[in-house]
Amino acid sequence: MTGTHPTDKLGLDPATVKQARALARKAGRPIVTMAKKHTTVAVERATLRLAGLEGADPDGTPWVNRLLDAVRADLHEDGGLSHGVALPVWDALLRGEADDLAMLAEKASAGSVRFRLPEGKDAERARRASRTQVQRGIRLIDRRRAERDRLIRRYGDAPRTPWVYLIVATGDIYEDIPQAQAAARAGADVIAVIRSTGQSLLDFVPEGATREGFAGTYATQENFRLMRAALDESSKELGRYVRLTNYASGLCMPEIAALAGMERLDMMLNDSMYGILFRDINPVRTFVDQRFSRQVHARAGIIINTGEDNYLTTADAVEAAHTVTTSQLLNEYFAKEAGLEDWQLGLGHAFEIDPEVPDSFRLELAHALLARELFPKAPLKWMPPTRHMTGDVFRGYLLDGFFNLVGALTGQGILLVGMMTEAVVTPWLSDRDLALQNVRYVMNAAGNLHQDFRPEPEGFIVQRARQVLAESIDLLDRIVDDTLLDAIADGTFGLMKRPADAGKGLDGVARKSAAYYNPASDLLEEK
Amino acid sequence: MSVIRPYGDTTGDGMVQLSFTLPVNGEGQNLKLAEGAAAQLAQKMGMDPALVVHAKPMGPDFTFFVVYGRVHHLVDTSAVTVVERDYPLLTPKEVNAAVKRALRRRLVVVGGCIGTDAHTVGIDAILNIKGFAGEKGLEYYRELKVVNLGAQVSVPQLVERARAEKADAVLVSQVVTQRDAHLLNTREMSAAFREAYPSDRRPLLVVGGPRFDESMAVELGVDRVFVRGTTPAEVASFLVHRLARKGVAA
Repeated sequence: MTGTHPTDKLGLDPATVKQARALARKAGRPIVTMAKKHTTVAVERATLRLAGLEGADPDGTPWVNRLLDAVRADLHEDGGLSHGVALPVWDALLRGEADDLAMLAEKASAGSVRFRLPEGKDAERARRASRTQVQRGIRLIDRRRAERDRLIRRYGDAPRTPWVYLIVATGDIYEDIPQAQAAARAGADVIAVIRSTGQSLLDFVPEGATREGFAGTYATQENFRLMRAALDESSKELGRYVRLTNYASGLCMPEIAALAGMERLDMMLNDSMYGILFRDINPVRTFVDQRFSRQVHARAGIIINTGEDNYLTTADAVEAAHTVTTSQLLNEYFAKEAGLEDWQLGLGHAFEIDPEVPDSFRLELAHALLARELFPKAPLKWMPPTRHMTGDVFRGYLLDGFFNLVGALTGQGILLVGMMTEAVVTPWLSDRDLALQNVRYVMNAAGNLHQDFRPEPEGFIVQRARQVLAESIDLLDRIVDDTLLDAIADGTFGLMKRPADAGKGLDGVARKSAAYYNPASDLLEEK
Repeated sequence: MSVIRPYGDTTGDGMVQLSFTLPVNGEGQNLKLAEGAAAQLAQKMGMDPALVVHAKPMGPDFTFFVVYGRVHHLVDTSAVTVVERDYPLLTPKEVNAAVKRALRRRLVVVGGCIGTDAHTVGIDAILNIKGFAGEKGLEYYRELKVVNLGAQVSVPQLVERARAEKADAVLVSQVVTQRDAHLLNTREMSAAFREAYPSDRRPLLVVGGPRFDESMAVELGVDRVFVRGTTPAEVASFLVHRLARKGVAA
């Protein structure tokens, strides 16, 4: 989906662009170093999931949580989480405490297994056994990726860019399915199932098919499977592969990423700082979880969508435009470091400038074009207006049309379809239909307009884009001086102050010991 | 001027527009029938004549309609009654300004879920900057200092933290309602605050959750009960309304 928009409309100075990337790398590198030195409960549980442990106890607590908690408690005096879960668990299996992980988890939660940190040859054996078993999960992810490629060849891909991205969210997976299929029939290329409010703060992944949620549907392995199967049916019926999106964010980011890989989801929301800023999740926890989840996404051939649009819902979209660019540069650095390729970077941005601001459309165009030219090979995720949707659905429909026009003019790869009833109701069937008509009209009427569109070389749009890039370089400069963790603590992004030693999920972070071993990280680091 | 009619382009023409979807097939030869169904609904709603100006099939099962028509109803503006909220709904800007004016410092809010309740959905929707229903949470308000203690906070912990932070208001969310746990927990909480503080110093106590009844505040010993669908702005406006008044008086 890349290469359709050969671009050099802004005449960005290559040296300036290079400087921006170098600063992002400089700001991000200490975070990567820090992330490599730590593990989290979620990373370790994701490892158990890759090894094939699934299901939950009768109270609904997943077995991966039960097993991890037991290991952590037994080794409490001896480093707890810091050695990772693999050595104690496979040591117990090799000692014959149970036949498999499921039985081990059950016995562990009944208190009838004691875990220890194996040493010497025992440790070596546990390492090998864990690696063999986790490798099966990684191979499953590889097979699912190959299967996606095969299905795209068989059914065909989305007919054009931008891909049309639509949201369903009823709370009930069995209601979501027909809605998603109807949306696909109506022209959606990508279906996103919004999660239940607050799932990001659960330190476990709920289990099974769910029929109740708050303003969304829980992300569970079974829900993933059901929806992917339904969209496979739709893909066959429609003769084009329909992609499925969910959210790898919050406290269970690594586990959700693993489940997405194993159930062949195609895109995942996965931002480097969203959880810190908007959910008050501990920064260290977030960066460690994020790196692992991105390694899994890289392996699974999943396209990530980053969340820069959120900054503009809290800060002014003109004043804070450079924080979006800065965050995109950081997201790009972290993503590539984790092994993601350009085509997998759905870097986010949004059409959120107050329509009362003079020249708001030209400003939007400048910002969108800047993202396009700064990241020429990335698909880019273009998000519709929400903040200035007032309930006047007629005016909102026009605003969405202009949003679509910017998308067409600047070659956005993924277009989240704006709803005129934003802020009024969850979209009705007719709202979606009208919104898709809006997209189709603009793409049909002006989809190729970018070929004729050249902003005036020293005009308003070009100058505005350069100004935003310059401001983002200034900001990156300050972040490098200050360190990224301190910048986050000081409230640089989205106005929120988030110190590194506070926030949710801090309790689930541990510094790796010398004995630490994680077969999943091991396998994912081998490229 | 107290009796009026809708206005299209002529005084008294009574013209209105309406759009809706019916679960009928509007494709091909079914279109006439579908349009007739739409006209029938509009007529039953009081539009006469009703003009179905647009009918668009959305797949084989649904059709979307736009209808224009005249209604003969009269609106008597003198008979309109408005239920007044007992406090004004403020924007974040107005809340910030009111806090500044009345307290000359930030207003401190301590929140959490008490008892064994691990469902932070409610408290997070109100407190997290992410917010709820398109509205930012209380963290977004510059003049509010928010301390979100999260889930499974014990009542003594909550009291202690409220004291340490010099809380002006304490927000408690309760989702789990098994054996009326939400009511018992709330009573325990309000009693603990009553015991720990002289009555004129006690922070404002606010509870919220999907199974509470708004009229139970007195019975539960709290200052306000919020129910399902409450937005952060409503909570912020209430806090300001009550505390600013108190602040000015003090």
